[in-house]
Amino acid sequence: MEKQLQVSAIKDGTVIDHIPTKALFKVIKILQLEECSQMITFGNNLDSKAMKSKAIIKIANRFFADEEVNKIALVAPNAKLNTIRDYEVIEKRVVKTPKEIFGIVSCFNPKCITNVENIKTRFEVLSKKPITMKCFHCEKITNENEMTYL
Amino acid sequence: MQTKSLISITDFTKEEYLKIMRLAADFEENPNQNLLQGKVIATLFFEPSTRTRLSFETAINRLGGKIIGFSDSSSSSVSKGETLHDTIKMVSNYADLIIMRHPMEGSARYASEVSNVPVINAGDGANQHPSQTLLDMYSIMKTQGRLDNINLFLVGDLKYGRTVHSLLMAMLQFDNPIFNFIAPAELAMPNEYKLLLASKGIKYYEHDEFTDIINAADIIYMTRVQKERFIDPVEYEKVKNIYILRNEMLKGTKENMRILHPLPRINEIHTDVDDNPKAYYFTQAKNGVYARMAIIAHLLNLK
Ligand SMILES: [Zn+2]
Repeated sequence: MEKQLQVSAIKDGTVIDHIPTKALFKVIKILQLEECSQMITFGNNLDSKAMKSKAIIKIANRFFADEEVNKIALVAPNAKLNTIRDYEVIEKRVVKTPKEIFGIVSCFNPKCITNVENIKTRFEVLSKKPITMKCFHCEKITNENEMTYL
Repeated sequence: MQTKSLISITDFTKEEYLKIMRLAADFEENPNQNLLQGKVIATLFFEPSTRTRLSFETAINRLGGKIIGFSDSSSSSVSKGETLHDTIKMVSNYADLIIMRHPMEGSARYASEVSNVPVINAGDGANQHPSQTLLDMYSIMKTQGRLDNINLFLVGDLKYGRTVHSLLMAMLQFDNPIFNFIAPAELAMPNEYKLLLASKGIKYYEHDEFTDIINAADIIYMTRVQKERFIDPVEYEKVKNIYILRNEMLKGTKENMRILHPLPRINEIHTDVDDNPKAYYFTQAKNGVYARMAIIAHLLNLK
């Protein structure tokens, strides 16, 4: 009962749950939800058994392909996606950290060419927890705590 | 892009390393071969490096090719604010091959994505300089007759020195290398390389000073210990004379041992070593021309 009051239900669409509270607005940005004209509700600092405190996003009439949603793994590695049809959860997915990351984050190396010219960044993910990524261009490693989002 | 570029030393396979060694030996025997006749090679030096540029341009001239380009960015359209992207797009329409040096890291990899013709990275900031590594390997091959079972001593700045990292990565492709690292603690070989060696079961030893341990060496590879690498100048003063190789230290070394250095040297090899037959650094620089002829011939499928 309490859960329903926190963020209202949707008929059709996607619920992204278990987002770390500090990652909510990054997820919105990565999924480009600013440009989405559908009804979006979100809640932050909600109680969670697993994470103490979490954020949740509900997007009406919007469904995501795996590669689209896996982009948020950088900021919300434990996020869960529920696909809703007619108020029913018809599919549950967890995000997976992709092997390669295109765009989203900038290279940590100030001498990297991607920080000078208009180049889409590209990283190979070397480890997932914590995330370390190797820049395809300058070959330097960017760690999780050094990431800046584009 | 279908073309093959050389940006990092790991872009080449072991077979390609060996092919470069064979071709370099062939070019050393017959240095004037008109393989590049009718071809235009661009040498784009966005930052000056006279040594590297002259070596590449000698290689091109020996192969009978024509050269276009610039020796520093102040004399090019780059000084008018043109992007690297646009410069490479334009030049790759004119030339059959691009050789470039650029101060930004990753610039050469990016150029190879933009270009329709092969790109050779002649140095992208502190990142990669693979033709140096291939000439180092050719020097080892020539002096030792093999690339397997080499006991390699790497000395000096092992933290920032890109040449030692690339050489290490390349030598990993051969059987039973032994690595000895001699460096001050502040400039020690980074952990990622040590972990890589350990994961492959390859032996390495770390030392913080020169002793008769060098008597086991097949190759001593010297690098500069630069003052600006030290956070604390006092630390530099403490170590600056520890990593100098002197002639008297070579007494007990192996007959086949040779000393390499990517040059220019500052003071890390005393000039009294120069007349010792084990000093190989000047011949090493000459080997660079043959190694670069081999790289060009390979990338353009001329051999
Ligand atoms: Zn980078």
